[in-house]
Amino acid sequence: MKYMLLIYSTEPGQAPDPAVLAPMMKAYEDFTKAVHDAGVWLAGDALQGRASATSVRVDDAGARLVTDGPYAETREVLGGYYLLDVPDLDAALDWAARCPGSQNGGTIEVRPIREFAAS
Amino acid sequence: MDDGAAVAGVEAVFREEHGRLLATLVHGFGDLDLAEEVAADAVEAALLHWPREGVPRRPGAWLLTTARRKAVDRLRRDRAYAARLALLRADAERADPAPPPTPGDDDIPDERLRLFFACCHPALPMEARTALTLRCLGGMDTPQVARLFMVPTATMAQRIVRAKRKIREARIPFRVPAADELADRLPGVLHVLYLVFTEGYAAGTGAALQRLDLADEAIRLTRILLRLLPDEREVAGLLALMLLVDARRDARVDAEGALVLLDDQDRGRWDGDRIEEGRTLVVRALTGGPPGPYGVQAAIAALHVEAADVATTDWPQIVALYDVLDRLAPSPAVALNRAVAVAMRDGPAAGLALLDDLRDEPRLQGRHLLPAARADLLRRLGRTEEAAAEYRAALAHVDNGVEREFLARRLAALGGDGLDGTGRAERRGDRAGDQ
Repeated sequence: MKYMLLIYSTEPGQAPDPAVLAPMMKAYEDFTKAVHDAGVWLAGDALQGRASATSVRVDDAGARLVTDGPYAETREVLGGYYLLDVPDLDAALDWAARCPGSQNGGTIEVRPIREFAAS
Repeated sequence: MDDGAAVAGVEAVFREEHGRLLATLVHGFGDLDLAEEVAADAVEAALLHWPREGVPRRPGAWLLTTARRKAVDRLRRDRAYAARLALLRADAERADPAPPPTPGDDDIPDERLRLFFACCHPALPMEARTALTLRCLGGMDTPQVARLFMVPTATMAQRIVRAKRKIREARIPFRVPAADELADRLPGVLHVLYLVFTEGYAAGTGAALQRLDLADEAIRLTRILLRLLPDEREVAGLLALMLLVDARRDARVDAEGALVLLDDQDRGRWDGDRIEEGRTLVVRALTGGPPGPYGVQAAIAALHVEAADVATTDWPQIVALYDVLDRLAPSPAVALNRAVAVAMRDGPAAGLALLDDLRDEPRLQGRHLLPAARADLLRRLGRTEEAAAEYRAALAHVDNGVEREFLARRLAALGGDGLDGTGRAERRGDRAGDQ
C-alpha cells in the first residue's frame, strides 16, 4: 500500500544558519538512505520555498487565472514529500515519526494513495 | 427446550462470543465489513437452528464455522472483492509474517487484542474509538451504542461508517503492537475504556447521574483486556480503579435519585466484593515496577474506601499520591483534586489558595468543576456570599441534571445555616491533619 508523507513546516524568514542547516541536511540524507535500504522508497523531493510558488485556476469560461503565491496562505507550508510503499498505516506512521520533517516543530500529514480498481 | 429460553440463551452466548468471533474473522479475512456481515449471518442461523436443535456443545466453534462458510460463499459470488482481500492478506503477511499465537479458552485462538488496538487506534477520532470498541468488542448494535451516548442512531451510524471507512482506506492494521511499541499504544486503549467508564459513572448530560450499563460494559471489557495482557500493570490499575469507584455506585444517589457526597454516603451500601477485588488488583498494579497513572488513581480510590469515614481518611497519604500523579500525568483535574485533598488535610483555606492558582487554566473555563470546588471551600470558611456567587457560576455551566440539583440545594442551604457547615468542616480538617 502506498502512502504520501507530506512534510509541513514553518518557513524561516531568512536563510538558516549553516550550523543548523548542516545537521538537518544530514538527518534527511540518513532518513532517505533508511527508506531506500528498507525497500519502501518510491519517490521523494524537497520543494522550493513558498516565494517560488504560483497558483493556477481555470474558470468556467476556460480562462486561466494565474496568481503569485501558494494555494493557502498558512503559517505552515508544504516543504517536501516522500512516497513510500509499506504494508499498513502503522508502518507509514513509524516512518513519518522517524523522518526529520515530523521533528523540531514540523508536522507530517500521512495520506494513503487512492488505488483505482484496474487490477 | 422452549423457544423463549433458547432465544435468551442464544443472546447471552452471542454477547459473550461476539468479540471473539469478530476478532477471529477479521484476522482471517482482514476486512471488518465482511467479518461483521458474516458474524451477523451466523447469529441469524443460530437463532434459526438452536431453538430447534438445542445450543451446541461448543457454541463459539459453531458460530465460527458457520460464519466462515458464509464468507466463502460471499467471496465466491464477488470475485473483485475476493481479489482485493487477497491483496490485503499478502500485505498483512508482509507486515506481520509470523503472528504469535494467542492462547484461547479452547482451540480457537483469541484474537481480540488485535481488535482492541484497531478500534482504539490513535488515527481515529476519539468518539469513534469508544463507539467501535463497544460495537466490535462489546457486541452492541449501533442503536444500542447510540442510546448509551444519547445521540440519534443516524448520528452514531454515520460516525461508525466513517471510522470503518478510514480503517479500510488508510489501512489501519489489525495487529498487536510489538513489545517495544506497547508502551506507546496501550495507554490509548486504556483511555478509551476509561472514557466509556467515566461516561457511565458521571454522565455528562441528561437526567440520571449514572448510566450503569456503560460502567458495567467498561468493566467487562477491561476484564477481557487484563486476561489478554495479564502482565500489564496499568491494565490491572485501570480495572482496580473502575471497581473501587463502581463499588460506591449504590450509595452515590439516594432513593429520590439525588446526589450523595462521599461524606454522607452509607458505607454499608458499598459493594464489598468489588472493593476486595479492587484492592487485590491495586497491589498487583503497584508491585514490580514504577507506578502508572491508573495504578496511582486506584490507590487513591482504595484509601477512600478503606477508611471508616471521611474524618479518618488518610488525607496526607492521598495528597502524597496526588503529588505522584501530578508528576506522572499532570492535568488541571489532578491539580483540582489535589487542592481538595489538601483542604481536607490542612483546612479549607489551604485548599482555596491552591484553587486560586487554577483560575486562569484554560481547560477549566466554561466548566462547573472549579467554581463548585471553590464554593464548597468558601462555604466551609463561612464566606457565605462568595460561596453563593461560586455556586451560581457552577450552576451556569453544569450539564448533568442531578449535579445541577445538588448545587442548587447547596446554594439554597447557604441562606440559613452556612455557619454550621463551617464549624463541622473545620473540626474534620483538624482531626484529619492530626493523624
